[in-house]
Amino acid sequence: MTTMNLKRIFAVMLRQFYLMRGSFSRVVPLFAWVAVDMVLWGFLTRYLNVSASSGINFVFILLGAVLFWDFFIRVMQGVTMAFFEDVWSRNFLNMFASPITIAEYIIGLVVSSIGMTLIGLTAMILIAALCFGLSLMVYGMMIFPFLLILFLFGIAIGIFGCAIVLRLGPASEWFIWPIPAFLSPFVGVLYPISTLPQSMQHVSHLLPPSHVFEGMRAIVTGGTVSWPLLAWSGCLAIAYILLASWCFTRTYQHAVRTGLMARYSVESLS
Amino acid sequence: MSEKVLCVTNLSKQYGDMTAVDAISFEVHAREIVGLLGPNGAGKTTTINMILSILEPSSGSIHVEGMDIAKQRSAALACTNFAAVYAPLPGNLTVYQNLKVFSLLYGVQDQGHGLEVLIDRFDLKPFRNIKCGLLSSGEQTRVGLAKAMLNQPHLLLLDEPTASLDPAVARDIRLKIREFVTQTSAGVLWTSHNMYEVEAICDRVLFLSHGKILLEGDPKILPREYGKKTLEELFITVAREPLSLENT
Repeated sequence: MTTMNLKRIFAVMLRQFYLMRGSFSRVVPLFAWVAVDMVLWGFLTRYLNVSASSGINFVFILLGAVLFWDFFIRVMQGVTMAFFEDVWSRNFLNMFASPITIAEYIIGLVVSSIGMTLIGLTAMILIAALCFGLSLMVYGMMIFPFLLILFLFGIAIGIFGCAIVLRLGPASEWFIWPIPAFLSPFVGVLYPISTLPQSMQHVSHLLPPSHVFEGMRAIVTGGTVSWPLLAWSGCLAIAYILLASWCFTRTYQHAVRTGLMARYSVESLS
Repeated sequence: MSEKVLCVTNLSKQYGDMTAVDAISFEVHAREIVGLLGPNGAGKTTTINMILSILEPSSGSIHVEGMDIAKQRSAALACTNFAAVYAPLPGNLTVYQNLKVFSLLYGVQDQGHGLEVLIDRFDLKPFRNIKCGLLSSGEQTRVGLAKAMLNQPHLLLLDEPTASLDPAVARDIRLKIREFVTQTSAGVLWTSHNMYEVEAICDRVLFLSHGKILLEGDPKILPREYGKKTLEELFITVAREPLSLENT
């Protein structure tokens, strides 16, 4: 059994830090898109609060949900972006001919993602709170399991995205960016899962964010959060991380066996 | 003979019906520079990729410092390093940043003074804070060589390390590598198409052709043994008429 080497994990993180520090164009997107989302949805929810007479505070339901969903996207993209840096700079040969293990590399990507996500999350919380009066305190202590589940699922999808790009080649990164958009109808970011047809609801129950958004709406509308469902979604998210890591490892082994790793920059789907 | 730093046994790589490397066996000893020669497509880079564990052999084994690379990959690679023209360091990081990141990856202890010494040794001081992508190919090669020596490797793999250097710098680099070998007792596996360079630096050469080791010996003596005047003439014969040598 190989022990984890913290220095090698730190190396992956430090590389990402160097890149961020020296690149305006890498830093701005970390908070620019989420800021745009907060402003857009903030004004929409303010309008809905005024025009609809439902008595529901849409800021807590919709803006809060968009904030959570953007958090998930940031986590996922944090992992994939750190991986894409190796793809874009054709660094696989140097990286994987070093003593780093796959587990250390993946953990390095995850740690890099945490740093990048925190920047985006801070920007979102500030804009939502200062401009639109959204306080995350409205969700109480449940904010922690909510964010944890979204974080874990973001990590899982990020690692899975890396495996896809490793398997299909650099151009396949365009399969990765739309993944959150494909998932969003199923997880009920903006509406209750019960709105969906039964067949889509089956899929929703297998996606951890669905239970987070259901729980979030329950709190805001005075209902109760289902702990068993939340625990189930946490277990699901962990299972997806293990599954995604297994996928990445198998894809890596395939790339090493077939020679794809040695000539990765060449577009090839063997 | 000194201790073995690399032991390759019956190593093969097949892609479907095509055999890239065909049951080759060789060793590299401490303080020895071994030239891995052969025409394009002979299997040199495939062999190096397998030693670096970024390509899985179809059969055979590779031991670095007695460690099986298939079973103790991290430990074996921690005492190995490489430089190749086709594997430049990330162009979006500066020379110092690249060396810092790779020193962590290779578990280098002395990351402060050690890095500065390497930067100085490879005349990279003026480029210390410049992104590698902005350097000339020769300067990038020097950065790659500095990275290859970061961890004072026991086994150093150099795939055409002087290919993009002018003759003066190339000679300087050869001297530095020879000095490194003498000081650290490392073993070096060196591929090159420059036969003058191979004759000057290598203690022993292996000629690969169609994935097999065709000839092995001292580069200063080998040409005469096969009735050739120079190593280059022998190389051309290996490339064009390998069968004539197999029957010798």
